Amino acid sequence: MKDFPQTTAKRPFPFAAIVGQEEMKQAMVLTAIDPGIGGVLVFGDRGTGKSTAVRALAALLPPIEAVVGCPVNAARLEDCPDWAGVLDPLTERKPTPVVDLPLGVTEDRVVGALDIEKALTLGEKAFQPGLLAQANRGYLYIDEVNLLEDHIVDLLLDVAQSGENVVEREGLSIRHPARFVLVGSGNPEEGELRPQLLDRFGLSVEVASPKDIDTRIEVIRRRDAYETDRAAFLDEWEPQDAALRAQILAARDLLPKMVTPSETLRDCAELCVALGSDGLRGELTLLKAGRALAAFNGEDAVTRDHIREVAASGLRHRLRRDPLDEAGSGARVAKTVADVLG
Amino acid sequence: MWSRLERALALLAADPVGLGGLWLRARSGPVRDAAVAGLSALPQPLRKVHPTISDEALFGGADLTAMLAEGRMVRRSGLLEQQGTLVLTMAERASSGLAARLAAALDQGQTCLVALDEGANEEEALPAALADRLAFHIDLDALAHGDATALKISQPKVSVDEVLISPDALRDLTAAAVRLGIDSLRAPLLAAKAARAAAALAGRHAVTEDDLREAIDLVFLPRATQVPEQASDEQTPPPPPQDDPQSSEDTPETPDSDGPVQLPEGMLIEAVAAALPADLLAKLAVKARRAKTGASGAGDKRLCNRRGRPLPSRAGRLDGQSRLDLVATLRAAAPWQAARRRAAKIERPLHIRGEDIRLKRYQDRSDRVLVFAVDASGSAAMARLGEAKGAVETLLSQAYASRDHVALIAFRGTTADVLLPPTRSLVQTKRRLGSMAGGGGTPLAAGIQEALTLGLQARSRGMTPTLCLLTDGRANVALDGTGNRSQAAEDAAKLGRLARVQGLAALVIDTGQRPQPALRQLAETMDAPYLPLPRADADRLSTAVQAALDA
Repeated sequence: MKDFPQTTAKRPFPFAAIVGQEEMKQAMVLTAIDPGIGGVLVFGDRGTGKSTAVRALAALLPPIEAVVGCPVNAARLEDCPDWAGVLDPLTERKPTPVVDLPLGVTEDRVVGALDIEKALTLGEKAFQPGLLAQANRGYLYIDEVNLLEDHIVDLLLDVAQSGENVVEREGLSIRHPARFVLVGSGNPEEGELRPQLLDRFGLSVEVASPKDIDTRIEVIRRRDAYETDRAAFLDEWEPQDAALRAQILAARDLLPKMVTPSETLRDCAELCVALGSDGLRGELTLLKAGRALAAFNGEDAVTRDHIREVAASGLRHRLRRDPLDEAGSGARVAKTVADVLG
Repeated sequence: MWSRLERALALLAADPVGLGGLWLRARSGPVRDAAVAGLSALPQPLRKVHPTISDEALFGGADLTAMLAEGRMVRRSGLLEQQGTLVLTMAERASSGLAARLAAALDQGQTCLVALDEGANEEEALPAALADRLAFHIDLDALAHGDATALKISQPKVSVDEVLISPDALRDLTAAAVRLGIDSLRAPLLAAKAARAAAALAGRHAVTEDDLREAIDLVFLPRATQVPEQASDEQTPPPPPQDDPQSSEDTPETPDSDGPVQLPEGMLIEAVAAALPADLLAKLAVKARRAKTGASGAGDKRLCNRRGRPLPSRAGRLDGQSRLDLVATLRAAAPWQAARRRAAKIERPLHIRGEDIRLKRYQDRSDRVLVFAVDASGSAAMARLGEAKGAVETLLSQAYASRDHVALIAFRGTTADVLLPPTRSLVQTKRRLGSMAGGGGTPLAAGIQEALTLGLQARSRGMTPTLCLLTDGRANVALDGTGNRSQAAEDAAKLGRLARVQGLAALVIDTGQRPQPALRQLAETMDAPYLPLPRADADRLSTAVQAALDA
């Protein structure tokens, strides 16, 4: 399980080759530009390319600079936790970590625990980092997030919130940074997600099978091409993926210089008030996502148009559930956006 | 059906990983035994998975016994790490959690799954997440003993990888899936692979029309949710027989798409007509029902620390309420004994620390909540409320046996009020129900809405709600409080539909002098039993409710 992403898995489907599902792709690109947006939740039917998109994102993301041998992928030696015992400030480029959280995972495996092997053979206490350490500076992907056991969900929320994993168990007292983007996917028919957890995801998108037959044919054609002659297909799409990667990197540079006019702030606030979303997390996410989108488009200020474009993904999951609403919360957001922002 | 199984197994043997696997629905008996015997023709060794398999057995984990004996780390490999075809027995009992784990393994493209489903009725079946990923769905229940002969599985003459499929063929498959109402995009992909495997079996290097027809037959037909003729019958008469592309033996030539994609009509219709399940419509209704009521047919489950089916224990602190899992605790402590003995100041045979403590967890069926929504309008209000109160008290007095909670909502005038939140306390009930006002209009919709809200709240706390609606059905106040009879009925029906979509069990009791057809209709909308009970007294009411709940 540990060495899964690099060795056993085949090279994933190219991100740029995913047909349609624009909202999902946009949300993922935005979190790649600004990880502070705080995660993406993808809910949708079976066979709509949820898992494909997440794995494709991993291959798309630019590599990170990390200290060699550091279990938490720290960028500088000072950031390495002392228990890791890394002394050499040498760094290496490695792919952005995308860690799968399997459903049957144990608490030990997530937060890390005593290294059983060392305890057993050498009789010494050593910390074996868990999935949270591996995911630092990268992505943590949970498929079927609505089926995850509650105590694991609580634990993830806590760490995602604080950006730090604290282990106080088995006589160990260890802490290490754990800043990651949480990507969850699931099928709403299998079960609901608790509102507390919903709210922690920055963006939420709903995906459905394309209804248009030409789009469907294109999906099947590309997938078949990928599975038949992988190398040729990957070569064909590499330029598009590379262009997207370059655009993401340019947007990251642009982000700190982004101007946020006070009208845009007012727009965000008015939108959230009109929708009655709880707390201020809605406004903040909306603003961050809008800024990331503006940066992605190469602009220097966030405008009402950007906010309008990210409103559905940013607010859909923060609404109070209305039992009479048959159209779904996405439609409600769209209607309010039209009312408030014109 | 038997020949279909033979073909499906042959295709699966040609491309086990690409095709995902086979969903075999059969009750135990000689037919099933013959089918299972045929599985040995699959190229990889068979590995059995049962529905309650632990994660350790699936994913592997530390082997404590071996570790203690050898004094070093010993890992036991899980089923998913070994090469082989997984055979999931009693697949209808697989939980959605197990389905998700197996689905992830299938998605990684390293294994092939044969699900043996012994479901007795339509609602009991393999979880949909898995069924979607398996290419072939075969139902053997209709077969007699004599039909099951020894399976002859032919070997592919060329490798599947060498078979080409034309873009036109892919397009036809996709379009055919749409025509048959198959939403998932995995189906056309699996069909394309099945067509390739069929060509490989025949020793061809290109997929032909025959292969496509076979793929549609084996992959699409069991998944069909609509009959394609219906759509075309309305617009155009069925194509005359001379349009049949008899001449073209290789890939069908389709003209450039003008508007909706033109299908090779002859091929599709012929294949569909030959093997469309006769009870398709009945099956559709079952599918719809299953989607509404949630994944499993059983009642809601919840975690509990006192009773129910045991779950894997987890670390925790003894708090006087939870129970210690002694074996798991000893297992947790075992690997550290050597290290602790060295560090310990006192000589002890066993060193157990707080962090070793493992607590037992159980999964239990949840408590029921009966939400009574009582019509308190008009002249009969007082009597009806009185009877409802009586019924609530009667039900509560039996609550210790049946673990029911009861809530009461009264609706009159323009609003609905919660008179009694979910409770099992008889004392509290008597105190709360002391005085209730009656009279005014009948805001039926508001009553259902309030009951629905309460029911959903109760469900989010892990209880299983049942709505019980007592009214004479003469709704005359709409949801917004206006006195509009038609709007009121419409709102009530809308909320009824919503209750059904949410999968809330319900019961409609008509307390009017004469049964109301409108109310019967509302009950049908809510998928609820309808009981006309004029002049219902408390005893009859509680008996009727109990009977309906136990039915």
